Amino acid sequence: MGETLLFYVFSAAAIGTSAMVIGQRNPMYSVLLLVASFGMMSGLYVLLDAPFIAVTQIVVYAGALMVLFLFVVMLLNRPSEDDGDWDVAHPLKRPGMARFGAGLATLLVVQLAWALIRTTRLQDAVNGTSDGSSASVRTIGRVLFQDYTFAFEATSVLILVALVGGVYLANREESR
Amino acid sequence: MLPASFNAVVPMLCAGAGALVVMLAEAWRRKGERFPMALLAFIALAATGISLIFLWGRNQVSFEVVTADNFAVFVSLIIVAAGLLTVAFSTQVLERDGIPEGEYYALVLFAVVGMIMMAMANDLLVLFVGLEVMSLGVYVLTGIRRDNLAGIEGAFKYFLLGAFASAFFLYGIAFTFGVAGSTRLDKVAAFLAAQSMTGNPMVLLAMGLLIVGFAFKVSAVPFHMWTPDAYEGAPAVVTGFMSTGVKAAAFAGFVRVFLAAFEPFKADWAPALMVLAAATMIVGTVVGVAQSHLKRMLAYSSIAHGGYILVALVAANQLGKAAILFYLATYAITNLAAFGAIALLGSKDSARDGLHDYAGLWYSRPWVAGLLTVALLSLGGLPPTAGFIGKWYVFSAAVSSGYYGLAIIGVLSSVISVFFYMRVVVMMYMTDKSTGAAPTPVRGVGMVALVVTVAVILYLGILPTRVLNLAAASIGSIF
Repeated sequence: MGETLLFYVFSAAAIGTSAMVIGQRNPMYSVLLLVASFGMMSGLYVLLDAPFIAVTQIVVYAGALMVLFLFVVMLLNRPSEDDGDWDVAHPLKRPGMARFGAGLATLLVVQLAWALIRTTRLQDAVNGTSDGSSASVRTIGRVLFQDYTFAFEATSVLILVALVGGVYLANREESR
Repeated sequence: MLPASFNAVVPMLCAGAGALVVMLAEAWRRKGERFPMALLAFIALAATGISLIFLWGRNQVSFEVVTADNFAVFVSLIIVAAGLLTVAFSTQVLERDGIPEGEYYALVLFAVVGMIMMAMANDLLVLFVGLEVMSLGVYVLTGIRRDNLAGIEGAFKYFLLGAFASAFFLYGIAFTFGVAGSTRLDKVAAFLAAQSMTGNPMVLLAMGLLIVGFAFKVSAVPFHMWTPDAYEGAPAVVTGFMSTGVKAAAFAGFVRVFLAAFEPFKADWAPALMVLAAATMIVGTVVGVAQSHLKRMLAYSSIAHGGYILVALVAANQLGKAAILFYLATYAITNLAAFGAIALLGSKDSARDGLHDYAGLWYSRPWVAGLLTVALLSLGGLPPTAGFIGKWYVFSAAVSSGYYGLAIIGVLSSVISVFFYMRVVVMMYMTDKSTGAAPTPVRGVGMVALVVTVAVILYLGILPTRVLNLAAASIGSIF
């Protein structure tokens, strides 16, 4: 009973804060609301018996990543959203376009809801079985370094490419 | 030496090691010192190609998720050929345009690693990592000329929309995992085949989201919005690379996921892909006719060609499966020839890709004009070029599977497309010289590469049987 209650509290708060992230004019508020949303998500992870993911969520996302975001927002020195002339006149800003996009987004949400409702028993859809220990650090390590070794190692190439690209594009000085 | 269980990843290791060596060479290079980066990249890609040839017919599997079956090897060889030709065209262009060699070749090699990873992936997560490695490399390559606003704009659009499409793709992976309990394609296939899950909404949703992700990468309509801007903004050599390598890798993933894992659901995904294919062919051709810049026109042409390959994927009979690979090969080589010629003729300050810039090219640069003509005729699908044979097989596959509508749309749209290819040809031969500066002379490695591509186009157009048999043998046994 208590768990169910907590689940609804966390879910409602996560959805609410996420929705508010995109509704802000001030990017600073958006970032802080995103931190709140991540906190709620990690609460959900705890309820799912995945304490490791919950802690990682806080440390990596809410801690490291969002601090970085905050710095970027502060350094860009833009307290409010940019509404330049071209921005207002942009074809995608036309009400018809915006409504069309909103319609498509709603359609996707409806589809998701339809799929989740139509799947009569969710336990069947999710094929994995929980043996209670599925979330321990040891198990995660096993899965990560045995079943997903290659994907894990390949991610290092991905990060390297991202680094090279980011540094190249951001580097203003011509060092030829 | 590496243990035998690493066999399938050797091509990726070759290309990746090449990228690292290029980066190190760039770091150690003194200011102003010249270093043969292109040669390094060329050697790395050649080693990749050789290792791929050794993998042919051996069905090596590494880490259970990287499969070097003949299908993967065939596509990877197309990718490596695209990489080699890109490097050959780049030698002249980079110096002229002031593009930094170290970063450029490193990113090209990393992108090749990602593409091969996509072609060989037998796991949705590996496929995703490969897709991202490839995409990140290509995003940066699109904007590699930081002094060029169009390039930056194209890169930015490509990046933002690409990140969005990746999110859809990941969501699709998550749903697939939710249904089948694994991201491994063989396990997903076994699970879906064992359970009668027809009409299961979760599977349908997963497939829909995966289709969105793939359709974006192969720039199928209506997910093509980024293509014209990115293709026009990027330097022409990069456009040649990304319009062929990215497409080959993305189609490899597309084919493997949908013909291997989601085969039991063909009745559900085929109609969706049919609509995509029809829209892609029509929009690519009709909008392409209205373009006045060669790069933008070829961007729409590349969209339309994606549509033809989708037709073969929908047909998916024995002929269709072979046609996918054969078409990818012919399209890659032809598009590389066309973009290579455009890149070599351009100059630092302007891409020189307006139609009028090609007026009288036959009189100023007869060789390049002749080679470009063959490439354009092949894109239009006229005999005796590779493009004709490719289209022939695609449409006969569609007819033999009963998709008459798609075949008719395809034939009509390729007839219309001949108009805009011929417009360029007419411009080159039958108009007076343009008043602007004479086009850049083409010589050295770039010219050799152009001649090689055109020779291959004619070879595939006149004697296609051998390559077609290879394609049929490599895909028929797997799916």
